[in-house]
Amino acid sequence: MVTVTNLHKRFGSQKVLNGLNLETHLPGIIAVLGPNGSGKTTLIKSLLGMVIPQKGEIAVNGKEIRRQSDYRKEIDYLPQIANFPGNLTVKELIGMIKDLRGKPARDKELIAFFGIESFLDKKLSKLSGGTRQKVNIVLCFMFDSPLIILDEPTSGLDPASLIKLRELLQKEKAAGKTIIITSHIMNFVEETADRILFLLEGVIYFNGSITELKTQTGQDDLEHAIAQILT
Amino acid sequence: MKAVLFIFLSFVSFSFYATEITVCETCEIKSIKKAVEVAESGDTIRVKPGIYKENDIVIKDKSITIIGDDFPVIDAEMQGTAISISAEAFKIEGFKIINIGRSHTSDFSAILVSNSTNFEIKNNRFDNIFFGILIERSNNGRIIGNRVTGKAKSQAHSGNAIHLWKTEEMHIENNYLEGVRDGIYLEFTDDTEIINNVCKNNLRYGLHFMFSDGNTYSGNLFENNGAGVAVMYSKEILMYRNTFKNNWGSASYGLLLKDITDSELKQNTFEENTVGISADNTNRINYIENDFKSNGYAVKIRGGCYNNVFERNNFLYNSFDLTYNGHSNENTFNGNYWSNYSGYDLDKDNFGDIPYRPVSLFSYLVDKTPESIVMLRSLFIDLIEFSEKVSPIFTPANVLDEQPYIRKIQW
Amino acid sequence: MFKILKYSFFDLFRSRWSFVYFFFYLLLGLVLLFLNNDLSNAIITLMNVIIVLVPLIGTIFGIMYFYNSREFTELLLAQPIARKHIFLGQYLGVAISLALSLVLGLGIPFIIYGLFESSAIWDFFSLLVVGSFLTFIFTALSFGIALRFENKIKGFGMAILMWLFLAIIYDGIFLLLLMYFQEYPLEDFALAASVLNPIDLSRTLILLKLDISALLGYTGAVFKSFFGTTKGSIISFGVLLAWVILPIWGMLRLASKKDF
Repeated sequence: MVTVTNLHKRFGSQKVLNGLNLETHLPGIIAVLGPNGSGKTTLIKSLLGMVIPQKGEIAVNGKEIRRQSDYRKEIDYLPQIANFPGNLTVKELIGMIKDLRGKPARDKELIAFFGIESFLDKKLSKLSGGTRQKVNIVLCFMFDSPLIILDEPTSGLDPASLIKLRELLQKEKAAGKTIIITSHIMNFVEETADRILFLLEGVIYFNGSITELKTQTGQDDLEHAIAQILT
Repeated sequence: MKAVLFIFLSFVSFSFYATEITVCETCEIKSIKKAVEVAESGDTIRVKPGIYKENDIVIKDKSITIIGDDFPVIDAEMQGTAISISAEAFKIEGFKIINIGRSHTSDFSAILVSNSTNFEIKNNRFDNIFFGILIERSNNGRIIGNRVTGKAKSQAHSGNAIHLWKTEEMHIENNYLEGVRDGIYLEFTDDTEIINNVCKNNLRYGLHFMFSDGNTYSGNLFENNGAGVAVMYSKEILMYRNTFKNNWGSASYGLLLKDITDSELKQNTFEENTVGISADNTNRINYIENDFKSNGYAVKIRGGCYNNVFERNNFLYNSFDLTYNGHSNENTFNGNYWSNYSGYDLDKDNFGDIPYRPVSLFSYLVDKTPESIVMLRSLFIDLIEFSEKVSPIFTPANVLDEQPYIRKIQW
Repeated sequence: MFKILKYSFFDLFRSRWSFVYFFFYLLLGLVLLFLNNDLSNAIITLMNVIIVLVPLIGTIFGIMYFYNSREFTELLLAQPIARKHIFLGQYLGVAISLALSLVLGLGIPFIIYGLFESSAIWDFFSLLVVGSFLTFIFTALSFGIALRFENKIKGFGMAILMWLFLAIIYDGIFLLLLMYFQEYPLEDFALAASVLNPIDLSRTLILLKLDISALLGYTGAVFKSFFGTTKGSIISFGVLLAWVILPIWGMLRLASKKDF
């Protein structure tokens, strides 16, 4: 689905991605982990064409993405900070994104799922952080695309919503989608991810299942396994 | 008045013997020249409509009246002067005189009057002429209701519509003068009244004075001339209720005053001229209740101007209200209305509480570097202008209106 | 692109600021006309306002909108829409709503006043055209600056500096050069310098309609013979158009390279 070859990205003098290679074949949930500044977000944004790498190729579904935009029809993205035009209502925002995509969407179903019907006519600037994140999630999942990219999806969510998100992820996975997630909540990663990508110094340091990671580091807890890599 | 009475009396005295001579194509007398030859003082020559190809009609010492019926045409066929007169108490009325030839040596004119007195030239039309009415060494003449239309292209090849030289007590009224070099030209002409004339589209000046004292001109319109009016080397000139309009050009102005003393300008309107008034060496002139509206420069005071008074004038939306050469000021500018004034009137006495400085720094800059005119009304200029107003360095500090009116002055 | 334009446009039209801008012009127009009672004077004052304020507001508004809608932009970037269309759409949304506030805000009081029967209608019309041009120019420039500088404070500072330069400093340098080289023939230089800065060019275009007699004096003839001819008008509008197109082009180039 996604092939990344020899990806280099530098911001000024700071090298963030340093010849990164990646290939995802199978459906499932991939968690991208790594210390702060290891290039997680940069990698994700490169996939979306928001960050433009200096060198290297990215292909989504076999097509090179440089200077393209149509391939994003197949991607749903959840940005890290959900800050929307404040004077729109939730309904208007959803309507607008639907209009921009020009594609049928399952927004009603998701709104009901997260229970945000009562907020539909509220302005986005009046919403709490958690509600805003729910809107963000609805916007992301409503198009039913085969590739889903989530940047810190858990931020601001209450435990009940977290359970719903997990439920949703499992459903999507079962529907045969590829889901790429970054998160700092190891608990969440451990329960959802099929595969771990560990980024360190701009390359993929580890690529495998959670069990493999645990065996390799000799730790029986994900957090400790990660900490082990870093030392 | 004396002149009118005199003409009247002379007509009365001759009327008893007077005969009327009729000129027409089928009459016994077919030419004006012939009629003039046979006429005696006191006679009237009546010319019927038609085209009379004549020039050099000479009237000498005969007090006659020549009247054209329905504008008979005298076509001089570009050959010399049409009519020349030297007489007392005569009158020419109702002709159309055309095609006066140009000359570098002689001032050929439609009507030439010399050494005459008590005469009237009334309601004639002149077209394609060199000089129109040329009067020399004469007095007590009335030039009324004539209409001159020329097609002057260059100053060297054109003459003046009404040209007075060494005359006195003339009365010039209701004439329409267009397309010549100078509309009205006065040299060594004193005690003359110029009233309600229109001078338009003339190459040089609408009205031109030289060495002529004690004249009055009022109610005239000077529009779109090379320059409106030039008054030079004269004194005791009264200028009332005239309009100076649209006199545009790099050396143009509404009114040029040069070496003028003891004169008065009152209730004139200067509108959309490159320069409203340009004053050079003028002393003791009162500028009262004039409107200066939308001119490039409203008033330019050049060197040698002393004891001039500007009072109750309205300065409205001019690019520059006043420019001033030199730093000393012997003139007063108190009690005018300036639309650019931004002061306030807290004590409600109708005068602004802070003085107005009519000379802007920018006018000074433009004077030094004319190209900088492109910066007119730019923010940078406004800023330096503001700092100059706060503490004058380049502009004369004592040129100011201590009592600027807060509202436009009605007069 | 038109969808983005539509949303940016409606977004701005619903925000308080474009109404503040609109009402500011409405008030200005009403006050000038009904307290002054003189159309030509009102137009001169308006020109001063337009020449100074329109670029400033275009600059500030453009840069504020860009920085404020950054997250929204990121949301759009993840959608299947070409970058070019996103930024062009947002730019046009801002520029059109500003231009509309200007035209309506000033137009309404002038229509109430009875502009259509007045001879000043063309002066007023050219004022609005020039004002709209300036809006488009300075919004594009500020978008470019916002794209160039990640740091809001820095970007804001640069935008104000850019305005300050074009509105004031440029003229200061221009004037100094004129004074310094006053022995030389300067007409062509002055002409070129006033055409190249969009604020100077706009001012000159309006002034030729208003203060025409002053400009006609002295070297004014040169300007008149340039701006008064068809060739001059075409060049002037060409330059104004270039001042719109080049910053847009630069902005889109910056946008195509930028990381979000």
